[in-house]
Amino acid sequence: MADLSQREARRVSRVRWMLLAPALVLLVFAASGPLLITLVYSFLTAGDYGGVEWSLSSDAWFNVFMQRDIFDDTLGFSDAHLSIFWRSVKLSLMTTLACIFFGFPTAYFIATRPKKQRDFWMLLIIIPFWTNLLIRTFAIVELIRNEGTVNTVLMALGVIDEPIQMLYTEFSIAVGMVYVYLPLMVLPLYASMERLDFSLVEAGYDLYATRLKVLRRVILPLVKPGVIAGSILVFVPSLGAYVTPRVLGGGNQLMLGNLIELQFGQGRNWPLGAALSITLLAIVMVALLTYVRAVGNEEVKHG
Amino acid sequence: MSTAISVRHLRKVYPGQPPVVALADASLEIKDNEFFTLLGPSGCGKTTLLRMIAGFEHPTSGALEMFGEDLLELPPYKRPVNTVFQSYALFPHLTVAENIGFGLEMLGKPKAEIRATVGEMMELVQMTAMADRQTGQISGGQQQRVALARALAPKPKVLLLDEPLSALDFKLRKEMQLELKRLQTETGITFIFVTHDQEEALTMSDRIAVMSAGSIRQIGGPRDIYDQPAERFVADFIGDTNFLPAELVSSAGPTATVRLASGKTTTARSHEGADMSGQVTLALRPEHTSLVSEAEGMLTGRLGNVVYFGTDTHYHVQLDDGTGFVIRKQNSPDAPADFESGARVGVTFGAGVAQVLRD
Repeated sequence: MADLSQREARRVSRVRWMLLAPALVLLVFAASGPLLITLVYSFLTAGDYGGVEWSLSSDAWFNVFMQRDIFDDTLGFSDAHLSIFWRSVKLSLMTTLACIFFGFPTAYFIATRPKKQRDFWMLLIIIPFWTNLLIRTFAIVELIRNEGTVNTVLMALGVIDEPIQMLYTEFSIAVGMVYVYLPLMVLPLYASMERLDFSLVEAGYDLYATRLKVLRRVILPLVKPGVIAGSILVFVPSLGAYVTPRVLGGGNQLMLGNLIELQFGQGRNWPLGAALSITLLAIVMVALLTYVRAVGNEEVKHG
Repeated sequence: MSTAISVRHLRKVYPGQPPVVALADASLEIKDNEFFTLLGPSGCGKTTLLRMIAGFEHPTSGALEMFGEDLLELPPYKRPVNTVFQSYALFPHLTVAENIGFGLEMLGKPKAEIRATVGEMMELVQMTAMADRQTGQISGGQQQRVALARALAPKPKVLLLDEPLSALDFKLRKEMQLELKRLQTETGITFIFVTHDQEEALTMSDRIAVMSAGSIRQIGGPRDIYDQPAERFVADFIGDTNFLPAELVSSAGPTATVRLASGKTTTARSHEGADMSGQVTLALRPEHTSLVSEAEGMLTGRLGNVVYFGTDTHYHVQLDDGTGFVIRKQNSPDAPADFESGARVGVTFGAGVAQVLRD
């Protein structure tokens, strides 16, 4: 009997592995594989016309953070790279915060509509997704360039005398990223708010909590999973954003994505590009761990 | 006794095509330290009225006062009223103790006082052992107790209860009925209780307002409501009732003389000032009537089904004019032999037992 049940257990486990196989194959080839190649490339020597030469070298990793002065050969931090790292992290954080700021009331508004109307409002949020990212980004250029809609209107109204330089600044990149990534914040926020039992909100009011306190002590803790999911969905692609900073930053406001592209393109330094990619991955992981731990701690404190 | 809540001509209409009248024109006074019940079928406006007192809904017109203070001007978080919700609405991210202390914390009470009151409340509802549990980890009956403690902790002047017992099983509901009555007597807080369960209303309330289709049909003590229903809806909704057509012969104050379909006359109670003439309807409780031989009966008919219920037996009689009639008789071991199904029988009741309905 025991033998039979053992054989049955083995059979079940074999079937399970076979059913999992397609997903596992995809994971190995689509996720782990390329990552492994990138990691290997980052330790090779750059080829003269792009590509890599198969000789081990730590130059790429050295160049990520440090640089040798071309005149006196002294060693120093790579200011250009560090400022790009900093700009990427800063703009991504700002984008995430702005998305929470604008996305939260939006999601709350939709979640409190009658059930029949909610789909319509969600559609409005999703429609921009149907258009090409590049076109949406150029639409923003049209809005905020010196001869664009915003400046023209402001000048016509006499609010300003000369156009405000908005395009090709960090501000324009932030605006573009908030616009592009806002739905990614609204969707998970809406999902968790839709499940929110609004009698809890009433219970809060009933127990002498003002609007602000109900928001802080009842709604926020309950939709926290949505806030976390939305923040991750916005922060991660923001950090590696390429198109938005390229178009709205005008080439002098580089972010990590642009820097990496530069190494694989004009720079012809694939190992450095690979090393920068791995660095981006590391930044994302550190940021996420810090974030999740901070939010988790708060839960322990309150819960 | 002073008036705790005064409701005057409250009206609530939801716009739409056609507009929905949730509350037609409600007026009532609830006394201080009273266990007052709003009783009615779903959609009768009882919950709407409760939610207006809590402040979650705003009336279309009318006035609402609490101890002489205008309530309508105050947002819900400024009304000295707390609610026990039908779904309990316990905060899932807080523990039992934190839930109970929430109101006090929002009122800005000092920590020591909150701790003391929370402890006291948990003792009152016998939940002390569960203080640090998450609300998802306790049973429905326990959640009910926590919801009650949470609403009582800030010592409101009026406690609103929105069908709080409907999710509990039969036995627990019986226990909680007694428990609620005990808490109300002990704390001296005015309770306004909403239910569709007539038995619940009768066992706990000092006074009951029976509601239907957005208006109040009758207000009175459990005995008044049960023994002297004002109209057909009230008589039908609360308990079982036999309705008999009769002709009014004369009326004087609270009594009236009526002629039954059989031609016999009897005295019945009527509501003073009621406008009655000609054909009226009598309401008779099944347990207030008895089965007798055909010759003795006020009314006669043929006995149909005899249903044995343990504590009592129900006799279904088809009266000669075609009306169905139910008689309830308490069983006892030394009862004489019963009537056979299909036999000719008589139905009788004492003078002044029947109630003339206003309709």
